[in-house]
Amino acid sequence: MNAPLIGARIERKEDYRFLTGAGQYTDDVTLPNQSHAVFVRSPHAHAKIKSIKLDRAKKAPGVLAIYTGEDLSKLGGLPCGWLITDVNGQPMKEPPHPSLAQGKVRYVGDQVAIVIAETEDQARDAAELVEVDYEVLPAVVDGSKARAKGAPQLHDIAPDNTCYVWALGDKAACDAAFAKAAHVTKLEFINNRLIPNAMEPRVANGSYSRADDAYTLYVASQNPHVERLLMTAFVMGLPEHKVRVVAGDVGGGFGSKIYLYAEDVAVTWASRQLGRPVKWTSDRSEAFMSDAHGRDHHTVAELAMDKDGRFLGMRVKTTANVGAYLSTFASCVPTILYATLLAGQYKTPVIHCEVTAVFTNTVPVDAYRGAGRPEATYVVERLVETAAREMKLDPAEIRRRNFITEFPYQTPVALQYDIGNYNATLEAAQKLADVAGFAARKKASQAKGRLRGLGYAAYIEACGIAPSAVAGSLGARAGLFEAGEVRVHPTGSVTVFTGSHSHGQGHETTFAQVVADRLGMPIENVDIVHGDTSKVLFGMGTYGSRSIAVGGTAIVKALDKIVAKGKKIAAHLLEAAEADIEYDRGEFRVKGTDKKKMFGEVAFAAYVPHNYPHDKLEPGLNENAFYDPSNFTFPAGTYVCEVEVDPETGKVTVEKFSAVDDFGKIINPMIVEGQVHGGVTQGIGQAMLEGCRYSDDGQLMTGSYMDYCLPRADDVPSYQVDTRETPCTHNPLGVKGCGEAGAIGAPAAFINALTDALGVKDIPMPATPQVVWNALQKKN
Amino acid sequence: MAVKISMKVNGKAVTAEVEDRTLLVTFIREHLRLTGTHVGCDTAQCGACTVDMDGRAVKSCAFLAMQAEGASITTIEGVAKPDGTLHPMQAAFKENHGLQCGFCTPGMVMNAIDFARGNPNPTEQQIREALDGNLCRCTGYHNIVKSIAAGAKAMAAGK
Amino acid sequence: MHAFNYHRAGSLAEAATLAGKGEAKLLAGGQSLVQAMKLRLASPSDLIDLGKLKELQGIKSDGKSVTIGAMTRHAEVEHSAEVKKAIPALAALAGMIGDRQVRAMGTCGGSIANSDPAADYPAAVLALNATITTNKGKYEADKFFTGLYETALKPGEIITSVSFQVPKRAAYMKFKNPASRFAIVGVFVADFGTGGSNAVRVAVTGAGPCVFRQADMEKALSAKFAPEAAAGVKQKKEGLNTDLHASAEYRAHLVTVMAKRAVEAALK
Repeated sequence: MNAPLIGARIERKEDYRFLTGAGQYTDDVTLPNQSHAVFVRSPHAHAKIKSIKLDRAKKAPGVLAIYTGEDLSKLGGLPCGWLITDVNGQPMKEPPHPSLAQGKVRYVGDQVAIVIAETEDQARDAAELVEVDYEVLPAVVDGSKARAKGAPQLHDIAPDNTCYVWALGDKAACDAAFAKAAHVTKLEFINNRLIPNAMEPRVANGSYSRADDAYTLYVASQNPHVERLLMTAFVMGLPEHKVRVVAGDVGGGFGSKIYLYAEDVAVTWASRQLGRPVKWTSDRSEAFMSDAHGRDHHTVAELAMDKDGRFLGMRVKTTANVGAYLSTFASCVPTILYATLLAGQYKTPVIHCEVTAVFTNTVPVDAYRGAGRPEATYVVERLVETAAREMKLDPAEIRRRNFITEFPYQTPVALQYDIGNYNATLEAAQKLADVAGFAARKKASQAKGRLRGLGYAAYIEACGIAPSAVAGSLGARAGLFEAGEVRVHPTGSVTVFTGSHSHGQGHETTFAQVVADRLGMPIENVDIVHGDTSKVLFGMGTYGSRSIAVGGTAIVKALDKIVAKGKKIAAHLLEAAEADIEYDRGEFRVKGTDKKKMFGEVAFAAYVPHNYPHDKLEPGLNENAFYDPSNFTFPAGTYVCEVEVDPETGKVTVEKFSAVDDFGKIINPMIVEGQVHGGVTQGIGQAMLEGCRYSDDGQLMTGSYMDYCLPRADDVPSYQVDTRETPCTHNPLGVKGCGEAGAIGAPAAFINALTDALGVKDIPMPATPQVVWNALQKKN
Repeated sequence: MAVKISMKVNGKAVTAEVEDRTLLVTFIREHLRLTGTHVGCDTAQCGACTVDMDGRAVKSCAFLAMQAEGASITTIEGVAKPDGTLHPMQAAFKENHGLQCGFCTPGMVMNAIDFARGNPNPTEQQIREALDGNLCRCTGYHNIVKSIAAGAKAMAAGK
Repeated sequence: MHAFNYHRAGSLAEAATLAGKGEAKLLAGGQSLVQAMKLRLASPSDLIDLGKLKELQGIKSDGKSVTIGAMTRHAEVEHSAEVKKAIPALAALAGMIGDRQVRAMGTCGGSIANSDPAADYPAAVLALNATITTNKGKYEADKFFTGLYETALKPGEIITSVSFQVPKRAAYMKFKNPASRFAIVGVFVADFGTGGSNAVRVAVTGAGPCVFRQADMEKALSAKFAPEAAAGVKQKKEGLNTDLHASAEYRAHLVTVMAKRAVEAALK
């Protein structure tokens, strides 16, 4: 018998190839007769294109073709996958989003032309010779200024640069709650714009086969099927079976590789015109100005309390900067994934949130690790901690007083939490962080002339967006199920095909653990296949911490079908009634007897069906399943951050960071811990180091690692992580998802700690040394 | 203009004609088709392109192939034993979950091996500082630091 | 990067001849130049690689000065027993440049010739009253750095070595730009123990368009080599850099803090 694999720390199956340089990332694929593309991008934030002259560029050595917006004018625009309906019942404004600019550019980096040559250097040389005559227009980059009178207008169909004004919650009830409050805590802040920076820049390599009249697109993507669906149905008008999308090894995503990008369309389209494969590899400078950015909210938030610090109501008003165009899921991030999370872990009875989404002359903004939920958690947890300080309550106590303790719990902002135990994670986090010893540590810091602070964040997130019907009623233009297929081979080994996509999450191991555990076989007998539309039946891909909860469940459902069919075959082989067959760890047994057939024997019988119930069953052992969840999952936890400040320089050191999460059942704790470490680091990055900055005229000032500060190893400490478990009630594995939690909870924990250390009410993110020093100067 | 270049890569002598402007990383990836060495930035900061040149970890995107004339280069493909057994540093990354998406990993391993040769028993702080030239967006460095500590020990023990 | 012609210099004389060509540039370690070329911010017609010139490599120490060949890598200086013994602050400075892979390639001469306003080496050159030797002559440190990315070097002139004077005690303190890790402010303090009003030299990098000496601080520290003496001198913000990461005012403040900490370190 095999030891249980679910819950085991198993080394990853994928690591050998990554550690030996044998990974196959998209740029590692070079096709026969490969050509290379470079994009001409706008140097202006806002300009009319008066003319484009290509003569000189076309004559440059090695140039094969150059295409501009005119050539692509028959293609559809890049679609937005979520329709938001505004407060007046009108659909959001969806301006055309062309793959190559049609007469106007709207941000620095907007694509103007694609130059294709024999080598990348030649394409780059030629791109410099493309002469674009621009009429520069005034630009607006700040979301809070986009609706001002006289602000430059980006799109004719979106007056006042407004995409939508949307609201959730009962405003009248909320105002009434504030009217009777004993205390109101109010904060106004910016949730800073971030640039995702997966270490592998985006790559797209399109090829067209005249023989098959079919396209193949190799692309660094988190969801190849969705990419194909959007590209074929909305942009290129092609039948899906004529397009194969392959996303092999992908070097991180964090949201930025969910979307259908202009470059993907352009290389695919061009490969047919040219009759050669066309590869584009983003360089890092280009990634900064062309990968969808994240966050960028300006928010005013208020929390009403009674005299004991019990929450009576929350009012939130947010302006979300969506950039120059609507990226694939841009519209749902500051609405459906944001306002619905404002209850947090608390029994706040009434909540009202109004969100205004605006267009600006900046890179489009879309989901980035956490997507809406970090912004919501920041609102809630900054308010709660500030309220505790203002009410002179212990920050843990004010949370305890307001925690939801009975489940299922219907929030006033649409979600129904199935289960949780917030006291358990809070208490565990306090122990892990040694909160009791904080006062002594603070004293020791003071003795060295340093300031020390401690902050909490008790986050909640909603993962695995579902069900499709509900999402559809809220505007989703895609289903949110997942697909899986289990192929049992004649000798009993198994290949599993999943619509989830791994780009660092370790699905090849985690999913194999689930399969091997449930079938009772060694993990070596299971391989996971993902990322190729020609192999995997369908998929919605990986984002929103949905893979194990939705993709994993689809596999479990397919496994259930395998076992059910296996029982029928075993019943026949064992000459027993099907109802008497039980399956346990690799064996089909006749209940109460020692008669049994091994899984491999049953598989063999299915493929070599000499002795087989042909009248009742088809041969073979291959099943697939689609799973559409009945609810979101709700991971939650408490983070405690402790910082030390050097008041002379403003430099902040994260001294301790303790995270206790409830992810439901855990398949591989080692992998889960890794997800928390990475997420927390991105959260600390947002709070302390990272911030996208534009000049007033729309030049990207943080366009490389020289100015955009990605966390390095010596910026962060080693972490203390632990988990508590309340299994999800509505999926068979009891799992919730763990990919985003760290990025969701960490920013508020950090800023709560820093404001505690400095003795200030608020400080902007990222709290760089200069920002901290300025805050101290202002205070003193 | 094309120039002639020769060096040793993973123990094998290689000679080629390349354009003057060819970076070492381009030579390794495009000419030798050793695609384990990655390019993650264009400002010589991310370290995904780190290789070993004559016993020192260097960033192969940060200089010309011609500057490596006559040098002995080891890339990630040349680190494990010919029979496939992982180098102790590679093994330590696997055991300690020191990688997620794997993109920065070759550079991390190449730098770590060089670092550990001179620091058989490094402190956490020394390891973190030694990683100044390697960016990772997945792991938060926690397990990379653990991996390098374990790998350095294993290397010192001659495993 | 744009196309160019590559030349590998076989001798210093050949390098000097080649360097006179068109828009030629000398290539030392390449850690700054090649990056600028990749971003197409620099486009020389010819690159003269000094990498094989053995005479430009190596470290010599005679008790009074430490001489570092122009093509000596930062890592060699960082780990050199001779440098560590004679001027530990210089070895420490070399160990703070870039990251360990960059230090394995980057060179002393390349860094000094580049005169990046945020580079570390220029602070040591100025504070340790170094002499820069070229194929044509010698420069005193005080006359070498002339402005933003500018030096007294003439076209085609090649640094061969840099001699740093050995101080009684010294230290370099660097406040790093969180993103680039270049110096927002770096202060090198050197006490030559000669007594008198010019016993101490203080050089500041990162703060202004070019490395400079802080005369008021030198005076105060020459009178009394103590942290509080440095702390008592305020740097004027006028003329200092302002960028995303640090205002002139913040930089001015950091000059004093870093100087104070450098003195503390030098006294340890």
